[in-house]
This record gives sequence, C-alpha cells and structure tokens, in this order.
Amino acid sequence: MKKIVLLVIVLSSVAIGFSQEEKSIFNSTVPGVDLKDANGKTINTASISNDGNPIIISFWATWCSPCKKELNTIHDEYIDWVEETGVKLIAVSVDDERTKSRVTPYVDSKGWEYEILFDPNGEFKRAMGVNNVPHTFVIDGEGNIVYSHNNYAPGDEVKLYEVILGLTE
Amino acid sequence: MKRLKLKQFVFLFLLIPFSGFGQGSISGNIETIYQYLITDTLIGANQPAEKSLVNSYANINYRNQGFKAGVRMESYLPRILGYPDRFDGSGLGYRYFGYENDIVDVTFGNFYDQFGSGLIFRSYEDRALGFDNMMNGFRIKIKPYKGIAIRTVYGRQRFSFTNGQNVYSPALVRAIDAEFNLNEWFPKMEEKGYRLNVAGSFVSKYQRDNNPEFILPENTGSYGGRFDFGFKKFFLNAEYVIKEQDPSQDNGYIYNYGKGILINTGYSQKGFGVLLSAKSIDNMSFRSDRDAALQDLQIGFIPPLTKTHTYNLVATLYPYASQPNGEVAFQADVFYKIKKGTKLGGKYGTDIALNFSTAYEPIQRTSGISPNDSSRVTYESTIFDKSSLIYWRDINVTIERKFNKKLKMKYNYFNLVFNNDIMKLTNAKGIIRSHIGVVETEYKINRTNSVRLELQGLWTVDQKDRGNWATALVEYSISPDWFFSLVFQSNYGNPIEEDRINYPIAIVGKIWGATRLQVGYGRQNEGLFCVGGVCRFVPASNGLTVSFSHSF
Repeated sequence: MKKIVLLVIVLSSVAIGFSQEEKSIFNSTVPGVDLKDANGKTINTASISNDGNPIIISFWATWCSPCKKELNTIHDEYIDWVEETGVKLIAVSVDDERTKSRVTPYVDSKGWEYEILFDPNGEFKRAMGVNNVPHTFVIDGEGNIVYSHNNYAPGDEVKLYEVILGLTE
Repeated sequence: MKRLKLKQFVFLFLLIPFSGFGQGSISGNIETIYQYLITDTLIGANQPAEKSLVNSYANINYRNQGFKAGVRMESYLPRILGYPDRFDGSGLGYRYFGYENDIVDVTFGNFYDQFGSGLIFRSYEDRALGFDNMMNGFRIKIKPYKGIAIRTVYGRQRFSFTNGQNVYSPALVRAIDAEFNLNEWFPKMEEKGYRLNVAGSFVSKYQRDNNPEFILPENTGSYGGRFDFGFKKFFLNAEYVIKEQDPSQDNGYIYNYGKGILINTGYSQKGFGVLLSAKSIDNMSFRSDRDAALQDLQIGFIPPLTKTHTYNLVATLYPYASQPNGEVAFQADVFYKIKKGTKLGGKYGTDIALNFSTAYEPIQRTSGISPNDSSRVTYESTIFDKSSLIYWRDINVTIERKFNKKLKMKYNYFNLVFNNDIMKLTNAKGIIRSHIGVVETEYKINRTNSVRLELQGLWTVDQKDRGNWATALVEYSISPDWFFSLVFQSNYGNPIEEDRINYPIAIVGKIWGATRLQVGYGRQNEGLFCVGGVCRFVPASNGLTVSFSHSF
C-alpha cells in the first residue's frame, strides 16, 4: 500500500513538473539499443537517420497478420511516398528465435524495400514503450517522435501519410 | 532493509528529471487487464470469490545522455485467469539503472538478455503468458575493438511475484558471450557479398546440493558456439551447445551430458524465398532450480520448429511445444509470388506460402549400459538420430490474392499430426490427425470502413478427441480508431453430445494513437495459449474482459 501511495505522489509530482516545462520530457527521441540488421551488422537505434527526412518505425512480426497487412499496403504506395517526401520505413521485427529465420525470406518474397532490424528479445520494443504489435511511430527530420499508433485497420495508412506530408510541407 | 533500498532507489531515479542537470527523457507504458467472470456450469467455469480480477503494469524508463534507469510496477489484485497462482499483490516487479557509452554498457538490477539463439541463455518477458525469467544482478557489455562485442551477466532469475515482491531462483546464473563480426576486420569480404559472424558463449549455474540421495554437481556449465554466414541472398547459421551433468527433476536425475543443435539456411530473391531448418535436442532442460517444473526458471530457450499460427482453431487446439528432454525436428518454408499480369497471378499477383514441419523422438541407445550403474549415465545418443515415433507434423499452405481495390481473399489449409501421448493436451490416447480449412475475406467499403470475415473448420480424423470444430468471425473496422468483432466458435462435432458447446464472444475496441481500449464479453474455451513456444493453460471462462494499454 505504501508503495502505491509513493507511486501516486511521485507520478503526480512528475505531472506537475512537466506542466511547468515547455519542452516535454516524454520520450521525444529514439532510445539507443543495439540491433542487428538483415546483414548481421549491429546498428544502434539512436543513430538512425534519414538526411533530415521523416522516418517511419514499424514494429511487426511474421506471425502478426495486421502487421503484414499494414506493411504490404504501404509497400504498394511506398515508391510514391519516398518520391514525394523522402520518407524511409524501418520495419523492426519482434520475431523471436522460433520465427526469426522466416523474416528475410518473407520480406524478399514480398519485395519490400524497407530497412529491416531484428529485435528478437524485445529490447527495443521495451525501450520504445511498445505493448503489442503492430505499433507504428513517425520520427521527424530532427529525430523527434511525433506520431504513434498501436493498431492497423485498412485506411490507417492514409492517416499515417497525412502525418508524413504534414512534416515535409 | 531491502525494502528501504528499493524505495530510495525509486526516489532517486524519479527525482533526477527535476534536479536541473539537463533534460533527459522518459518513455514507458501502462497496461491493465480486468476480468469480471460469471459461473457457467456448462463449461465448468466458476466465479472466483473476488468476482473481478485485474492485472496491472506500469513501465517507466528514464534516460539522460548515457545514464538510464527504469521501474515497472505490477499488480495482481488478484491475478487474471490462467496466471500462476503464486502471483499476488502490488509492488515493484522490475528496476534497473545503468550507464552506457560507445565502449561500455553496464546495467544493475533487473535486465533481459539473450545469447545467440537462446539455447543456453535467454532471459525474457512474455506478459500475455505470465512468463518472466528476468535476471536480478548485473550485466556488463563491452566493445573493446571494432567488430568485437562481449557481454557478461551475473544474477538470479525471477521465479515469482508474491505479496508484491519478486522471488528469485535458488541458483546463481553466470554467463559470458563473445561475438566477432569478421566483416568489420575484412572490408573486402563485404564488398564481395560475404558476411560472417562467429561467437561463443559459456553459462554456468550454481545451486547447493540439497539432495540426500545423490551427490549432485553444484556447478553446472553449459557452452556453445555459433556462426552466421551469408553470401549475397544466401544464408546459413547454426548453433551447437553442450550442457554438463545436470541431474534434475526434468531428466529424472540422470548424469548424462546434454546437447543441442539448431541450423537454419535459406535463399531469397524478389518474389521468392525458401528456408530450411533442423534441430536436434537431447537432455537440454536447463533451469536455475533443478526441482523446477512447467515453464519456471528456464535459463535456456528451445524454440519449437513450427510456424506460429494465427487463426484461432489451428493456433489453440493442437499447439506443439518443444520437448527439452529430446526431439529431432525439421522445418521447410517456401514463399512465392506469382507475377502480376499473368493468368494465375491476376492483376495484383498471388502470394503462396508453403510450410512443413515435423518432430520425432530421438533414439536413446541403452545396450551395454547398466541402468543401475553408479555413473547414472542411462543412455547414449547421436544428434539427428531419430526413431520412427512421430511427435508432430504440420503441412500447410496459404494462398493470398487481391482481386480488386476492394476485395482480398486468403485460403488456408492445414494438415496436423499431433502425438497426444507426448503432449498430453487432453485425455485422448495416441495420434490425433486433423484437417483444418480457413477462408478469410477482406472487403474495403470505402477509405476508412472495412469488413473482414473468417470461416474456419477443423475436422479430426475418425472424430477423435473432441471431434469437429468451426469458427466464424466478423470484424468491422473504422480507420483509424474503432473496431467491432463477433467470434462464434462451436464444437459442433464432439462425439459426446453434451459437450457440443458454443463459444460466442463480442469485442469492441477503440484506439487513440498509442492508447487502446478493448472490451470483450462472452464465453471462452479452455485451452493452451501459446506464444513463441511457451504455453499457458487458460481455463474456460465466461464474462467480461477489459484491456487498456497506453504508451508514452
């Protein structure tokens, strides 16, 4: 019980503290976690950049149908998105050892041009506060997280693209 | 004294943001699952004495330049259905702090990590299953030179969360892993399209000998090597591990060494991918308590070589779980896209995915070995040496086709062979064979409205076990924030007439960006709920489930 009271006090003081500050302390940039890419090279997620253009980070898995739907739908329009906004999509697979090997064959068979990162033990997922997949983030040219959405329904890609267009106009 | 330390720790870390030295940033999430259950005699579900059940979690991570710290508050007031019954109370379930720069990364407190494929060390969390074998101790990661990464971990694993406090394993776990990326040393290799990583790990556990009958080894070592090779679009990776004498409840206190191997190889190009996997496991149950059972206190993780199915009947009725005492398993996958514009491919192309997986009993040779001999080495074995006793087989195919801008269809067929003498899922004896068909239709009404329909049927050969099942699902979604679904599952073909039970459920969900609220009401079938090869048995229930999650 004491701990709960403690937590409430601390959380409310955190909230008060934030309301007084102009720049939010809430996760505005991407935390740094070492992940492997499709070539086995280690990439630190804090160093992800796209020459000042927006980035989409999408958490997915080979066993997650809505995730695959989202990424396949975006894939159909991806060339136009890149041309119009310079956006780059990074698809972070949360497949663990059981299904991790399926990622590259699946990605290639679909012809995805996304950058793929592997997060088999959920370290980046935890650092980004992701509860379940699909979870999609948009990062602006300065590296700030400006949008986050935890679901996919057909049509969500329209909203996602509006956010990206809003950043580049 | 211990509690005081924790509190001081929480305070220290939460006050840092206000102490004026730089801003730092906070991220985290909140998740709550609430159940109100009613008695349903038909499915044998009883209302718990508390009537309502709730699990709640709040994760907070703070980082400021190289400094990082975090906590997770957990509450089981009381735990939801199917969670281990020793989980109760509210308190701090996870806390850590650490520091990192380009060369070192240190973490004190709780952490998760995985060496290679995890066969001898994987500490992870799967909240949906109530699985969490986090470490409590410290971890140091060092990158002393380009292309070299060394990790060392030291601590005890979480066993339970009782009276609002973590309970840790009796055994101490110590481990080190070193990985070498050869491409960083030989840039020419990469230019020519080659990739090579090699690594080795060593894990040791220490538990006092608490057994009056045997002289048990108190330290048990386990070690392995692995590589990951690639050439252009081809890859081959493998890990081989050995475990020293580790008499345990799992293996019947034998003194055999354990061994395991996992191999994956594949090739892919645009529109085509193929993957082959093989696994051989012998006496590889490795826990931080030699008397632990079920999913408790596993140090290593043995991935099942099967596809993770998503449709409800095929995923929940006959799921395969790895057999740490021994199994020989194979898997093959083919992904193919029939080109668009062709007769078979249609306007948008057609996707085909084939998957085959199987597992067998390994051969344990006992000739020339006296079972009562004082060595207690009870058999000999060779990797990939399998008997004809099948544990599991799954042959499945998925065909996916988009007909026009609005209509998409997916056809699936699964053929399962499930050895229930090994899996012991129900009371049925022997092999259960089943055919499963699923047709999924997705129709986009307009830019934001769409409807999805799933029809599933499962037929067991000779109506064995619980006989035939059907599921119908309708889901209506309004992008980006609403969905409504109705699921109707029926065991219409159960050989026992009074067990022909229907399971209807209605679910409504609302999404605000990173916030999600889902409300479901209905009857839920009992079953094994599995993620990533770990399964939790969830009893049948009837009632309301509300889940809320928010990320920040």
